[in-house]
Amino acid sequence: MSAENVELVCPAGTPAALKAAVDAGADCVYVGYRDETNARNFPGLNFSRPELTEGIAYAHERGTKVLVAINTFPRAGRPEIWHAAVDDAARLNADAVILADIGLCDYASKKHPELRLHLSVQASASSAEAIRFYHQAFGIRRAVLPRVLTVPEIAALCADVPIEMEVFVFGGLCVMAEGRCALSSYATGHSPNTNGACSPASHVRYVDKGDKVVSQLGGFTINTFGTGEPAGYPTLCKGRFEANGKLSYLFEEPTSLNTLDLLPELIAAGVTAFKIEGRQRGRAYVGSVVKAFRQAVDAIRRGEAPPPFMLDGITEGGKQTAGAYERSWR
Amino acid sequence: MSEVPKLTLGPVLFNWKPERWRDFYLRIADEAEIDSVHLGEVVCSKRQPFFDPLMPQVIERLSAAGKEVVLSSLALVMTAKEREAAQTLAGVEGFLTEANDLSFAAALKGRPFVVGPFVNVYNEGTLAYLAGLGAKRVCLPIEVPGSTIAYLAAQGLAEIEVQVFGRLPLAMSARCYHARSRNLSKDGCQYVCGEDADGMAVDTMDGKPFLTVNGTQTMSYRYHNLLGELAALRNAGVGRFRLWPQSCDMVAVAALFRRVLDGQIDPSEANRLLADLAPDAEFANGYIHGREGHLLVDEELLTA
Repeated sequence: MSAENVELVCPAGTPAALKAAVDAGADCVYVGYRDETNARNFPGLNFSRPELTEGIAYAHERGTKVLVAINTFPRAGRPEIWHAAVDDAARLNADAVILADIGLCDYASKKHPELRLHLSVQASASSAEAIRFYHQAFGIRRAVLPRVLTVPEIAALCADVPIEMEVFVFGGLCVMAEGRCALSSYATGHSPNTNGACSPASHVRYVDKGDKVVSQLGGFTINTFGTGEPAGYPTLCKGRFEANGKLSYLFEEPTSLNTLDLLPELIAAGVTAFKIEGRQRGRAYVGSVVKAFRQAVDAIRRGEAPPPFMLDGITEGGKQTAGAYERSWR
Repeated sequence: MSEVPKLTLGPVLFNWKPERWRDFYLRIADEAEIDSVHLGEVVCSKRQPFFDPLMPQVIERLSAAGKEVVLSSLALVMTAKEREAAQTLAGVEGFLTEANDLSFAAALKGRPFVVGPFVNVYNEGTLAYLAGLGAKRVCLPIEVPGSTIAYLAAQGLAEIEVQVFGRLPLAMSARCYHARSRNLSKDGCQYVCGEDADGMAVDTMDGKPFLTVNGTQTMSYRYHNLLGELAALRNAGVGRFRLWPQSCDMVAVAALFRRVLDGQIDPSEANRLLADLAPDAEFANGYIHGREGHLLVDEELLTA
């Protein structure tokens, strides 16, 4: 894959963020419906059908594609909610749907053979064999890779599959294999796989203990902060815990993925699309991150090094990591 | 439903010493009232070479004892070596295999197989598709509530298996948290996961037991225990129940579950006996009641 064809896939949790992403130079935006069919099912986010209609029109007028994430696992006995989500995306001329569930892939491929299908990161397809399975069974055209692979593993994979590969390049970082993590539901009863929500705000509490603030999720302490220190959001896998007699960020620090420096390597590895996480983010954040990555990709296309950019202020905890792309992360 | 309910022993998820691992299975073969026994490394491919030399002996003894032997595949396949191992396992004749990753299911090319709990089967569409691929038995993910279990069992597409005992496998990662807890890298992990036979306890900052780490896997601190729900699950058409090996006396644990399934002992009495068998364990059953997984809910299981 050459830099010419690389697509920047950008988050749009609201109509305002969609416009910000399109205006900042997104090649694609990805969105979800305002319900449990998508994995960012948070209050105040996502699109009604009329909003999606308008959003698609706005994007298409400017040459930007719209991908609809329908990437939770349908509830037994109620597939019609998820089926309608796929049907409506096809009817509204979405450019692709992003799916995770095998049954839903089967439905979409049979009902809408013309509709382009992408495999969500939630499907956790981490090997060439798994990706080929989805391609052969359902005609999946692009897979979003789980955040578990190193760049050499991604390169080997790209060479070994007949479809496009999309990787996360910026934003929130799952440290567990996506679609295979029940930590949130263990603590809160809300599951990314079925409810579309991880560590939901409804189960968050900040308890003032005088000399410190304790952040809790589902009644479990996730972190503590000194007075005056900004209290971070208690995402379960970014908390401090005691293990082996030691208090630490056992799973991961409160950090964000940033692979700006790795973009040329990822392009050389054969990656087709770069995905920016953050449908829960506001339009200002989306606009500035998309703009920075647009500049970076354009610079690489011109054969130049990506310009340095100042995103430190907007990343989680101000810290950044290249995550699993570098072997030492494991 | 009319059939006698079956007990499955899931693969040992922890990194036990090879001799201990072998002796555990030999005793299961000789003494346990268990119908099917799973073997194979599901969590970390680095451990597999230690168990490979002991496999033939263990398989032979289990088979001779009349147990169905099921070979389980790795849950998270990433490296070239792991991909090769999955293909090799898929080519093994004469045994039922368990797919814990879809790449493995595809490699089986229509041969009958078991879908492991690390594959996301939440609904009838996915169940039907996998049954069409050759899945004859499906161990459902831990999160699914009783209503989903009943609905899927009623489809009659594949035998439905439900996890009923042991620490819950909650998450998989590329990163090894056991190594990280010792400031080691995964490549140079020194196999420190072997130091914790039931996983490494993970407490909150205020000292509350919360999770357990088993190498790259994160598990619950509490032991899943559905002794009290077995009868309702049976009535809902579930015919098979999975016990996860822990370091307590699994022969005795299996016998307890067997006696409850056979109606020989009251679940509340069985719960008292189970507490004696695993004196340090705290129990949970929240998921099946549609609640937080860590909760212990004292109510009748609704499967409608």
